[in-house]
Amino acid sequence: MSTTTAAPVVAPRVETPFRRFVSEFAESRLALFGLLVFGAIALIAILAPFIAPQNPYDLAQLDIMDGRMEPGTVGGAGFTYWLGTDDQGRDMLSGIMYGLRISLLVGAGSAIIACIVGASLGMIAAYAGGRTDGAIMRLVDLQLSFPAILAALMILAFLGKGILNVVIALVVVEWAYYARTVRGSALVERRREYIEAAQCLALPTRRIIFRHLLPNCLPPLIVVATMQIARAIALEATLSFLGLGVPITEPSLGLLIANGYEYMLSGKYWISFYPGIALLVTIVSINLVGDQLRDVLNPRLKK
Amino acid sequence: MTVFLLRRLLQAGGVVLVMSLLVFVGVFAIGDPVEILISPEADQIERERAVKALGLDLPLWQQYLVFLGKALQGDLGRSFVFNEPALQLILQRMPATLELALGATLAALVIGLPLGLYAGLRPHSPVSRGIMATSILGFSLPTFWVGLMLIMVFAVQLGWLPSTGRGETVEILGTRWSFLTRDGLAHMAMPALNLALFKISLVIRLTRAGVRETMLMDYVKFARAKGLSPSRVTFVHVFKNILIPVVTVVGLEFGGTIAFSVVTESVFAWPGMGKLIIDSINVLDRPVMVAYLMIIVLLFITINLLVDITYSVLDPRVRLEGKS
Amino acid sequence: MSLPAVAAPGGPTLEVRNLRTHFFTRAGVVKAVDDVSFTVERGKVMGLVGESGSGKTVTGFSIIGLVDPPGRITGGQVLFQGTDLASLSEAEMRNLRGNRIAMIFQDPMMTLNPVLRIDTQMIETVQAHARVSREEARQRARDALGQVGIPSPDERLRAYPHQFSGGMRQRVAIAIALLHKPELIIADEPTTALDVTIQGQILAEAQKLCAQFGTALIWITHDLSVVAGLADDIAVMYAGKVVESGEVGAVLDAPLHPYTAGLIGSVPSRNRRGAPLSQIPGMTPSLLNLPAGCAFRARCPRAESRCAEPPPFAEYLPGRHARCIHPYIEEAVRA
Repeated sequence: MSTTTAAPVVAPRVETPFRRFVSEFAESRLALFGLLVFGAIALIAILAPFIAPQNPYDLAQLDIMDGRMEPGTVGGAGFTYWLGTDDQGRDMLSGIMYGLRISLLVGAGSAIIACIVGASLGMIAAYAGGRTDGAIMRLVDLQLSFPAILAALMILAFLGKGILNVVIALVVVEWAYYARTVRGSALVERRREYIEAAQCLALPTRRIIFRHLLPNCLPPLIVVATMQIARAIALEATLSFLGLGVPITEPSLGLLIANGYEYMLSGKYWISFYPGIALLVTIVSINLVGDQLRDVLNPRLKK
Repeated sequence: MTVFLLRRLLQAGGVVLVMSLLVFVGVFAIGDPVEILISPEADQIERERAVKALGLDLPLWQQYLVFLGKALQGDLGRSFVFNEPALQLILQRMPATLELALGATLAALVIGLPLGLYAGLRPHSPVSRGIMATSILGFSLPTFWVGLMLIMVFAVQLGWLPSTGRGETVEILGTRWSFLTRDGLAHMAMPALNLALFKISLVIRLTRAGVRETMLMDYVKFARAKGLSPSRVTFVHVFKNILIPVVTVVGLEFGGTIAFSVVTESVFAWPGMGKLIIDSINVLDRPVMVAYLMIIVLLFITINLLVDITYSVLDPRVRLEGKS
Repeated sequence: MSLPAVAAPGGPTLEVRNLRTHFFTRAGVVKAVDDVSFTVERGKVMGLVGESGSGKTVTGFSIIGLVDPPGRITGGQVLFQGTDLASLSEAEMRNLRGNRIAMIFQDPMMTLNPVLRIDTQMIETVQAHARVSREEARQRARDALGQVGIPSPDERLRAYPHQFSGGMRQRVAIAIALLHKPELIIADEPTTALDVTIQGQILAEAQKLCAQFGTALIWITHDLSVVAGLADDIAVMYAGKVVESGEVGAVLDAPLHPYTAGLIGSVPSRNRRGAPLSQIPGMTPSLLNLPAGCAFRARCPRAESRCAEPPPFAEYLPGRHARCIHPYIEEAVRA
């Protein structure tokens, strides 16, 4: 029959979904580059205590005499401040490396917690339906209609500064995105035959949700999570810049930038500039990855 | 249409009520303004007098009812700090914020629509790729940092534009506006652009996606098969279809723009309500926070309503459904 | 109009010679139209028949010059009243479209712009090709709507497409095609999406209009019964190639190509009630990297080793061409 059809199809390698995903992702060199850069940034953040020239939190290591030095100056401690120093005499390079730790920790941490909370609620809404669904989705709508920055500002205004508080605020403003995403795809998947089949087999609900429903909702969830990590990092930086985020003792990139703000007008750009570049590179690299993920995982764009 | 409007208004009223409760509980249940407002040296009697004067000794639900009753009369409390009606404080600063947000929206449309159109019509040209790459930047860059960079380049290095403030204003209808004077415009340029950054990217992406999707539609090919000029196909057949989602999103984003102007206003020391709210949060000036939030909620609901109406004017299919 | 040296009347309205339109996709070259030739005479109806994916629609778009990238006309000629359309500039081509060559699309629900009123969409067509006032353009639009049997055209002009049924929309599309009384109309399965009764009405109107204006009509369809009732000539396409062409009655009575025979065999017929329907085994091959030789040979009951060579498109009987090395000649001669 069709095996004798003229077209001599090149025998394809066994194409697992994962392999196809990898090869489609790799089609965009920009996205690969983004992944590489982000990997490097994550590595720097993790290894900061070992590779940073200075521990910027250790006041004993700081020399106030080295304050506001230009990039490339050799300081009193004998090593070069490649990116200059801030008003406390803190090496900016070390400050950025440690700041990255805080920024990534807060961004990824809040995204993961928000993902767990949001995905669970979305799944419950989709599976329970009816009033539960209505209530959860009302909450989602309310949350999404209110600007994230404002909600976060208010929460921090009451909870006060602190890494944990920032994470809480970010989770509160982010969970709704995950809930909506998961509910949307779970509702679609629920109507598919294989779920009906699973229900006919009288599999326990828990098993249906976790083994059957959840894996099929993962692609959009991954896309949202990637984008939300970038968003969370930016939002944390903004909050810290406004003076409502992390405490001064554990400066994230946003706080480093805020610290340099007042010196910017007098031409001492580096205190704000370099942390900003680090922030920018981090967010852009994540977004590049997320953009390509969305293109690859979005069935609507597949021809 | 009237029924539709009436139902929407009722819904809006409900949302306002719920939000007022949330805001009230959120603002008043946590934190202690007495600590901030009354000097630590004040004795017990002075403290109690202050607490009574501010109505902080009543149970929370009574505080809420009092708050609600007063709010209906337009009284959202007096600022602890300025000792002025909170509503008045905010309304005074609102024109500056509105002006900034409108300027940003305008900039987003004027810059974003043509770029998005180009990128959608020629998706594979290098220029389009450049536009799209830049739009990723627009999404990624934290607004406040771009603001700083703008100041650094245009105010500090080049000295072309003033770094902060609102500049010279002209009074019209009892409020002061910047956009009518050269100096005011110069002051507004950077903040407006800064605030528009995210929206420009958004408009570019929406427009591009819309153009690409619409270009594949049969009716576009049919329009071409009718022998219409490419410009007529693009600007009438494609563009009108794209305008609907773009206008909707930009309209809905307007509330977000006003909210996000807290950042821009802080960077550029723009004397709007965003700067006021940041200052108020820092000193826990609760009436101002509540008044600000209530104004924002009202604003959001109004915007949603307006967008719905505009939508029905632009899309004939929606208009009909509203009637039936 | 702008066409110089229009061939003398009596020449065919359209002559397609060895047309090739290929799509250069990332996966490879899709030869959607690969060596297609046929002729449409003035006032005649040509039925272009084939399964979906056989290249009928792309042929239509190639004639009217609306093949979009990654597609490209890579060879052959389209002669419209003697003029090679490839020699025309884009502006000259645009002058032809909607004016002297019109096209009607398959899905009437999709061909009218949902956010523009009917009058806008008709008047712009009039004004694209004729310097007339808005009022006169509206008058012409009204007349055209009346012609295709739309009641109270004045009122309907002010309506939006979603206020029309599918059949009505297709009539509007036909009215738009008729606005400039074109010499050629390409109708791409215009009745497939419609109810059978409406299909009948539209077919009857199309026939009437052709006779009235001497318009040549290319009717693209997969439905042999439509062709049997409507067309004068037929061209059968398979995998991007015309495999058989000729006068419609002769071809349907005694097809030369095994594919045409198979196609006819799979149409339910009143005369052979109760007899099992014959069917063509297998599926249409992918047009991607199609091998040389007859594309139908994998499904052909008469396939032999020689079929691996590309068969010529030869005239086996007067006016009857087939792309096959072993056509059913005896049967055709006997018929």
